[in-house]
Formats: sequence, C-alpha cells, structure tokens
Amino acid sequence: MVEIISSKTHKDKARSAVAKPAAFGEDIDVSTYVDSTEGQPYQTDPSKLPAQAKERMLRAGVILDNPEQRAGTFIQIDNAPVHSSVRQEGVEVMSVSQALEKYNWLSDYWWQAVAVDTDKYTANVELNQYNGYFIRVLPGYKTIYPVQACLYLAKARIAQNVHNIIIAEENSELHIITGCTTASDEESGLHLGVSEFYIKRGAKVTFTMIHNWNPEVAVRPRSAAIIEEDGLFLSNYVLMKPVHSLQMYPTAKCVGENAVVRFNSVLIADAGSSLDVGSRAILDAKGSKTEIISRAITTGGNIVARGYIEGNASDVKGHLECRGLILTGEGMIRAIPELKGTLAGIDLSHEAAVGKIAEEEVEYLMARGLTRNEATATIVRGFLRVDIEGLPPLLSAELQRAIEASEKDIM
Amino acid sequence: MKDAALSIEQLTVEVEGREILHNINLGMKLGETHVLFGPNGSGKTTLLMAIMGFPKYRITKGKIIFKGQDITKLPLDERARLGIGMSFQRPPVVRGVKMRDMVAACLKGQEHEERIGQLAEKADLVDFLDREMNYGFSGGEIKRSELVQLLAQRPTLALIDEPESGVDLVNIALIGELLNSLLEKDCPIPERKCMGLIITHTGHILDYVNARTGYVMCDGVIGCEGDSREILATIREKGYQECVRCFLRRAPGG
Repeated sequence: MVEIISSKTHKDKARSAVAKPAAFGEDIDVSTYVDSTEGQPYQTDPSKLPAQAKERMLRAGVILDNPEQRAGTFIQIDNAPVHSSVRQEGVEVMSVSQALEKYNWLSDYWWQAVAVDTDKYTANVELNQYNGYFIRVLPGYKTIYPVQACLYLAKARIAQNVHNIIIAEENSELHIITGCTTASDEESGLHLGVSEFYIKRGAKVTFTMIHNWNPEVAVRPRSAAIIEEDGLFLSNYVLMKPVHSLQMYPTAKCVGENAVVRFNSVLIADAGSSLDVGSRAILDAKGSKTEIISRAITTGGNIVARGYIEGNASDVKGHLECRGLILTGEGMIRAIPELKGTLAGIDLSHEAAVGKIAEEEVEYLMARGLTRNEATATIVRGFLRVDIEGLPPLLSAELQRAIEASEKDIM
Repeated sequence: MKDAALSIEQLTVEVEGREILHNINLGMKLGETHVLFGPNGSGKTTLLMAIMGFPKYRITKGKIIFKGQDITKLPLDERARLGIGMSFQRPPVVRGVKMRDMVAACLKGQEHEERIGQLAEKADLVDFLDREMNYGFSGGEIKRSELVQLLAQRPTLALIDEPESGVDLVNIALIGELLNSLLEKDCPIPERKCMGLIITHTGHILDYVNARTGYVMCDGVIGCEGDSREILATIREKGYQECVRCFLRRAPGG
C-alpha cells in the first residue's frame, strides 16, 4: 500500500503523545492488538463481497447489492481499502492514501481539526495509520443520496487505525452514512478512527454514523469539524449493539458567522458495555448556533453522556439535552452537561434527566388496550425517536429503521 | 339492575391504604349516559379509575360486572381490551410518543392511516398528530385528544373525567359534538352499542350532551340518584353544600 506522507512535525508530535492517556474513558493497551498490514483483494463490484460481510454491513446502513440510493461507496476491511466508487458528479470518494497522492494540498487539512497529540489514540493513528476515506464534494454540488462508507473489522485482535478527511466545498451539500461493524460476534478488536470535517462557506454536511460492534471491541473515534460562515454540520450517531468500551467526544467548531452544528446521539448500553460519549460545540463566530441531543438507554451497562457548549462570540445560541433511561435494575447513566460562556449576549441552556419509565405513562397506554410490554416498547421507541431537523427524509427513515431494527433486542 | 351492561355492587376502594369509596352501587344499560356530580375530593375520579382498573385504586370489597363478566380482578389493559375506555382529566405527557401512534394503538392495528386523519380532522387536531403526546397541549387540546383516542378505541363503556374543565366556550361545543359522536347520540337508544359515565363538577357539559341519570357523590358514597337535569338545577341553585347537608340528614346517625 501507499505510504502516507506526513510531515515530520506530525510524527514528532505523535511520538511525544504515544503514551498520553485520553482525558476520558478506560485506558486501552494498544500493544495488545495486531497491527495487520495484510492486503485484501480490491472489489470493483462490492456486491461480490461475501454474503455474510454484506449482511453485516447492511445492518450498519451500508447497501452493496443495490446501491442506487447512494452517491458513492467506500469500504475498508481491517486496514485495507477494498472498494471506492462514485455515482454522482461533483463527488469524490477514495482512500485517503490515494487522495494524498492526488492532492498536494491535502496536507493543509491533515491534523488541522483534530490535534495529532490529543492522546495516545490520535498519536497511534499517525504513527501506525493504514488508510481511511477521503470524501469531498466540489463547490456548488449537492448530493441527493448519501455517500456510504464502511469500516469493517475482519481479523481477530486487529487494530484498525484510520484517518478520514471530509471536505464540503463552498455552497455544496453532502450526506454521508458511515457504518462500522465487525465480521465476528466475539473476536476482540480495536478501532481508532480520526475524522476531520471541513465545511466551507455555505456548505451543508449531514453525517450519520451507525456503530454495530461486538462485546469485545474497543472503540476510540476522534472527530472534529470546522464550520465556516453559513455552514451546517449535522452529526447523528447511533449505537444500538453491545461494545466492550467506547469513548468519543467529537468537537465542532463554528468559525464562520451563522454556522450551525447539531449533534444527535442514540446510545444503548447492555450489561458489559461501557460508553463515554459526548458532543462538544465551540461557537466562535457571531450568530453561530448549536443543538446537542443525546438519548441514552441502559439495560445493564454504564453510560457517561457528556455535552459541552462554549460561546465565545456575540449572538450565539446553544441548547444541550441529555436524557437517560434506565430500563433494568442494573446499569448506570451519568449525564454531564457543561456550558461555558465568555461574553454577554450569548444564550446557552441545557436540560438533563435520568430515570426509569414513569409508571403513570405505562398505565396511560395500557388504558388504551396495550399490554404492559407493548406500552413499555412504545415509550422506549418514542424515547429513541429523534426527529432531526434538516435531515433528508430518506436518511431520516434509514436512521429510524436502524434504530427500530435493534429495539426488540433491548426489550 | 336487570339487563345492566355495567353493574357496580357495594364497591369499596382504597388508595394508598385509605378508604375513599364506600359501598358504591350503580348500574347502566347500553345506550345510556349517566353523569356523576360532586364537590372536589368527593371520590368521582377514584370511581372512574377503579372501574378502569388502575392498580393504585384497590378494590377491597364489592364487585364490578361488565357485559356479564366479573372484572373486579381483571388488570387495566384487559379491561381496556374488553371495551372500557377513559378520557383522562390530566393525562401524562409521553415524550417521543406521537398522537398518531396513540390513535393507531387505539385502532388496534386496523387499516388506520385514513381513519386517523379523519378523526383528527373531526377534533380539529390535524396539526397535533405528529406532536408528542400531551406535550404543551392546552386544556381544550387535551380533552379533544383524549376523545379522539376514545373515538378510535370505540369502547362499550366510556368513562369521561371532567370533559369541560379548563376548556373555553368554543372548545366545549366541539367537545360536546365529539362526546355525542362517541356515545352514538344520533342513533336510537336501543341500537346503541355503548354507554357513558361522565364526571362533571359544573354540569356545563349537560348543555351539549344529554344524560339520563345523575348521581351526586359526597365523601365517597353516592348521596343521591335521579334525573340529571333536575339534580343540576338544584346544584346550580343551592350549591353542593345543600347536597352535602341533604346527604348528612339522611345518613344513618345524621
């Protein structure tokens, strides 16, 4: 594979941070995983991938058999990209190594949104990085269908280290579905994913990430977005399946006037899952706005639901909502909403609630003829329903389907 | 009562260890509408909740016979499926559950998209179908939404708690229409398949809905029973104090 050229300073910084623990989450011993560089055959036609892999990918929102409703596709298995294609003009989808070869200017984006020395995981991605995806939409082009990307763990004990770059040029519109999943239900693995989003003036990006891991996988995504004037970033995250340990705290920085960022996350932790998931918005430009909504359910696992909004410019507005539902006697949800304002004339607020389903609500539904189980399921389904403003109906429906597909598992 | 579709016999109900209703007797036939008057705190809502089967309202004595079946020990949801429905005075907010979902649930999986729209239109709630249940609803909107659910559910026995409370004049006329439709008032009495028991504190709803029998509830017992309009006239003229005084005069040892 092509060696990704990073500047010396990135490598130096990474080396200095290689033992630096993350600010949050359990410390993962990266050395216990296998750094495989094993190649995978390239698939011109991704529908020719093994049926089992396709089925797994489909459950994470990645459609390979009939991808008419996709503007492009990228698939990486372990550390090898196996497919990239586009179906719509104005869209570029390729492995990040190809992109680095193609575009000299890409180094201007490399580690500009995420700091390479954030922690040992970012450092590890820089030092032992095996690809990732590059998705770009050219100025003024608007994708109708989403680009899909799949990061797939196949080999046991694999460490998958990816660095993704997403660029929406001025006045463009880009929708992305990323599905991350594993071949096995029990093999351990580590997914370290750096994603840097650059949303230029007037551009709109919706990013929907569906994670379907297994109870042995550790996951440390490191994402950040920079949003310019009148730009919009809509980030949706869905985790409905067990995972051993997952910690992420994506950050969006509104650097242009009237930039908007919305984060929605839907999390479920069953026994043995440990999640520490937050969203952070830094409102640095006049009139920028954010809304962060998180819904967390535990059926026995532990969840820390974080949120942070910082207002550093006039007329910024932000709202943070963390709601947690404890469905069984076991499990823990800790909601930590934080707001920071550094000047007058800003408007930041939050609400947080953690509890069980109110008996009064269950009985209300039972009085309409629903059984206790049906009533509980209806309330849980309602709790998980996040109506995302600005998300195209097609994506909204797919997101809802992904959530509903897993609902029965938690009931 | 002979031919009664609902027969309540010597019903005693306690809530959190305290006896609220004592020896209630009441009977209704299909096609009838009865109203339950009474001062605040007299036990009207407790009676409806006990008939509906809410676990907090514990029946310690007596029985409820509905359509020939003793339902005294039947759980809430089974009573609902058997044909008892309730319009709540203050229903809970259910975040995330849309009114559309609730109406669909009440229609029990029938082909319903069109029907939901029709019902919402009838109650002037089309814009509410995609709103979260009772979240930010006004008094009138809550009542109308409750009645839409009952119209979808089509219960044999409709228990209606204070349909006019917190409702303005425009709304109350519409609520009256919905109630008349629910209770099949446009059908000859022998052809009706349902009956209603309405709680009213002020009696305003009787300007819109006819009711055969009225009861005055005082301190957990039915103090008197008679023509609903006659009772209302007395209450309007003399207030509930007179009902209570009258009741105490007749009470054993009173």
